[in-house]
Amino acid sequence: MAGVQVANVSRSFGAHKALDNVSIDFADGGFYALLGPSGSGKTTLLRQIAGFDFPDSGRIAIGGESVERVPVEKRRIGMVFQNYALFPNMSVADNVAFGLSVRGEAKATIATEVQRALDLVQLGKLGGRKPHQLSGGQRQRVALARAIVTKPRVLLLDEPLGALDKALRVDMQIELKRIQREIGITTIFVTHDQEEALTMSDRIGILRDGRLVQEGPPEEIYDRPQSEFAATFLGDANIFRGDATGSGIKLPDGTTIAASTGASVPAGAKASCAVRPERIRISTGATKPDPAGANMLTGQVSKRIFAGNNSTYFVDRDGQTLKVIVQNTGAERLAEGQPVVLSWSPGSTVLIAAA
Amino acid sequence: MATTRILEWVGRFYVVLLLGFLYLPIIIMAAMSFNASPFYQLPFEWTTDWYASLWQNDQLIAATWNSIEIAIITTLISTVLGSMASLALYRYEFRGKKVLQALLFPPIAIPWLITGTAMLIFFFGVGIGRGLVAILLGHVALALPYVIVVVSARLQTFAPELEEAARSLGANQWQVTMRVTLPWIMPGVIAGGLFAFAVSFDQFVVSYFLSTPGQTTLPVEIYAAIRKGFTPEINAVSTIIIVVSMALMLLTARFFKFGGEK
Repeated sequence: MAGVQVANVSRSFGAHKALDNVSIDFADGGFYALLGPSGSGKTTLLRQIAGFDFPDSGRIAIGGESVERVPVEKRRIGMVFQNYALFPNMSVADNVAFGLSVRGEAKATIATEVQRALDLVQLGKLGGRKPHQLSGGQRQRVALARAIVTKPRVLLLDEPLGALDKALRVDMQIELKRIQREIGITTIFVTHDQEEALTMSDRIGILRDGRLVQEGPPEEIYDRPQSEFAATFLGDANIFRGDATGSGIKLPDGTTIAASTGASVPAGAKASCAVRPERIRISTGATKPDPAGANMLTGQVSKRIFAGNNSTYFVDRDGQTLKVIVQNTGAERLAEGQPVVLSWSPGSTVLIAAA
Repeated sequence: MATTRILEWVGRFYVVLLLGFLYLPIIIMAAMSFNASPFYQLPFEWTTDWYASLWQNDQLIAATWNSIEIAIITTLISTVLGSMASLALYRYEFRGKKVLQALLFPPIAIPWLITGTAMLIFFFGVGIGRGLVAILLGHVALALPYVIVVVSARLQTFAPELEEAARSLGANQWQVTMRVTLPWIMPGVIAGGLFAFAVSFDQFVVSYFLSTPGQTTLPVEIYAAIRKGFTPEINAVSTIIIVVSMALMLLTARFFKFGGEK
C-alpha cells in the first residue's frame, strides 16, 4: 500500500497537449476520483500512473519511489479496465490466478489467495465458469478480484462502472467502496459521471483540456468551486457574470449580488457568482420577507419539471434562465407564467474570478 | 405454401447437384481403385490388388513420404515464422511497415509458373540447385503469405486491453504472448497451418521445376507416372490421400470454428 505523487507531469501526442503540468498528491489509502469530460486527459493521467505510457516531463512516484520510467509490469499496480478485459480462454479462477501465476507463486498459495479474492467479491462459487458465462456485474467483480489478488500498491479503475446499467451501477458503487475500505488500498478512479465521483470518493480532481482545474474533497468542490467550469461540471449551478464590487458583483443592469464565499476579487475586475439551484428560495412575493441582506431577484416561471421528491423550476429573468430546485414539502406549487421572487443568502453565493 | 415446397425441392436439388459436381469425379476415382479392370471396364469387380501393388511401387512410396515430410516441415516453419511476423506487424510501429504489409500480398497473385521459374533461376544462381531442399524453401516462401493473412485477420479481433491487463498483472512480454495472445490467435494459427500444409502438399508447378528424378514429390511423381502410362495404382494412392486429408480437415473443423468464438 502506498500513496502516489504526480508532480508537474506533461504529455503531448503530436501537437495535442493531453496533460499540461499536472500535479496531484494521492494520499495512502484514499479513494480518488479523476473527473472530467472526454478528452480532458483523465485517462491519459491514469495510464501514466499505471505505466502504459511515460510522461514527456514531470515525476510520478508510488510509495515515494520514482516510477515514471518503470514499465507497467514492474510497477505492482492493479488495474480494472472499462470493458473488464477478462482473458476469454481462462476460467474465472485462472483469470484471478494470472497475476500470482506469472510471478511463479506456489500452486497451493495461488489456490488459497484466489479463493480469498473471489470470496471478497462474493463470487466464491463461480471459479470454474468462463467469463462469457457471467453477467456484466459478475465480470466486473472478477476483474476487481484479479486486480487486487496480487496485493498491488495502488488500484487504478478506468470508468469501471460505465458499461453497467443504472441499478447495478449503484450496487457496484457500494460494493467497490466496501472492498476498498476492507483492504485499505489507495484507489484512483477515472469517471465522467459526476454523481459517481461525489458519492464514492474522498477527494476529486477535476480535469479539463489536460489541466487540473480543482482538487479537493467533494463537499469543498461542490460548495466552493473555483471556476465556472468546476461549478457547472460537478453539479448544477446558476452563473451570474458582472463586475466585482468587493463584497459581490454588480450585474450589467445594475443589480448587485452579495457573495460571502469563494475567491476575493478586487473591485472593478470581471467576476462571476455561482449559486446552486437547491439553495434558492422561490416564492410569489406575498410570503414573509427574507432576512436582511439576502439576494433577491424577480422573474417569471417558464417551465416546471416534477420529479416526485422535488420540482425543478426554470425562471426567466432578464434574458437569463435560472434553475431552482424545490423539495416536495406539500407546499403550493407554482404555475408556469407566474411572476416569482427568488432569494438566497450571500453564504450560498460563490464568488469566482474571471478566467 | 405450394410455392415454398417447390422452392425447397429446387434448393435441395441444387445442393445435390453442387455436391455431385464437387465429389463425383473423386468418388469414381475411388471406386475404380477397387475395380479389377485397369481400363475402367465394367462390370465392377472388387479387388485390392492395386493397393497391394502400390505397396511394391518404391518410387511412388518414396515420393509420398517426401511430400508428407516437406508438407509437415513447411507447415511448421511457415506457421511459426508467419505468426511471429503477424504479431510483429500487429504490435509494433516501424518505418516501412505499410510498404512491408502491402508487399506481402502480391506473391499470392503471381502465377506459380512464374514463381517457379524465378526460384529455379535463383536457386541455381546461389548454388542450392534443385532437390528437396530447394522444394522445401520454395514451399515455405509460397505458404508464408497465407499464414500471415490468416493470422493477421484473427489478430484484428483481438482486444489490445487483454495484453495491457496481463502486463498490469506483472506478466512480461513472453508471458503475455504465450498465455494471452497466442491462445486467442490459435484458431488462426491452426487455419494458417492447414493452408500451409495444403499449399505444400498440393504443390505441383513449383515442385516440378525444383525436383530432380530421384528427389521428387507425390504430385510430380503422379504426373510422371501418368505420362508413362496410367495405372490404377494412382487411383489407389489418391484415394488414400483423400481419405487422410478429409479426415484431417473434418477433425480440425470439429475443434476450431474458424473465425468465431470457441
